Amino acid sequence: MHDFVLALIGGAMIGLAAVILMGAQGRVMGVSGIVSHLLPSFDSAREPAQTDERSWRLLFMAGVIAAPLLSIAILGYRPPVTLNADPVLLIISGLIVGVGTVFGNGCTSGHGVCGLARLSGRSMAATAIFMATAIATVFIANTVAGG
Amino acid sequence: MRHVIVFLAGLLFSAGLIVSGMINPAKVIGFLDLFGDWDPSLAFVMAGAVAVNFVGHRFVTRRAQPFFAEGFAIPTRKNVDRELIIGAGLFGVGWGLVGLCPGPAIAALGASPASASVFVAAMLAGMAGGRALKSRALLANGAT
Repeated sequence: MHDFVLALIGGAMIGLAAVILMGAQGRVMGVSGIVSHLLPSFDSAREPAQTDERSWRLLFMAGVIAAPLLSIAILGYRPPVTLNADPVLLIISGLIVGVGTVFGNGCTSGHGVCGLARLSGRSMAATAIFMATAIATVFIANTVAGG
Repeated sequence: MRHVIVFLAGLLFSAGLIVSGMINPAKVIGFLDLFGDWDPSLAFVMAGAVAVNFVGHRFVTRRAQPFFAEGFAIPTRKNVDRELIIGAGLFGVGWGLVGLCPGPAIAALGASPASASVFVAAMLAGMAGGRALKSRALLANGAT
């Protein structure tokens, strides 16, 4: 029960962050988009570099990294991050997430948290699809590992 | 002021990931392990986030403009195209492999930098590659 309460509270915090970003900066809190648009553009004619466009993105991401650091420094709490540390797997999954989020125009925060809240059909479709393939991937990985 | 608020938004988002446990790939995989040892937590996180955002979004976008920007940059596309389907499908595969997606991955840089940085570096490379491919595709289709 306790677990679900924390999940709801944490979720509410995430939702509130999205509201703040929209109210303050007028932007969707889609992390894949925020990050990918910090990368150099391949078509400068389409997306001229604007200092303004970069600064809010950098500030947001700075906040994202700061939270666990502050948690460690001030609360003495290091959030557990348990993952498969195989570098080949990390690289492959990172590459796929990178390409996928750019083509899909979003991720769990952009499509899931923000798109669904806006009742966006595109986001509903995207969320259903990535949830399905993610669940299938875990299922297959477990089957391969177990068998 | 704007800078502080945007930074705090990022901080709050990340704090939410920590409180909910979503910064932990093991917890995420637990949800995705629908046919195994299922942990429904992620569903509750999504529910809480979407509920708050649903109400809040309508509220803040009532104003003529955001507090610190010219206008609201809200996506307008409606069609579910092949790019979206393939992209989302791919993203799900990558996500399911390790249990990391962009937000938690970057947050994890602050908690478990060794592994997170390998993933994030690859993710950035994938994003750059994806953007290059997209740019090419748009040019090929005669877009200006």
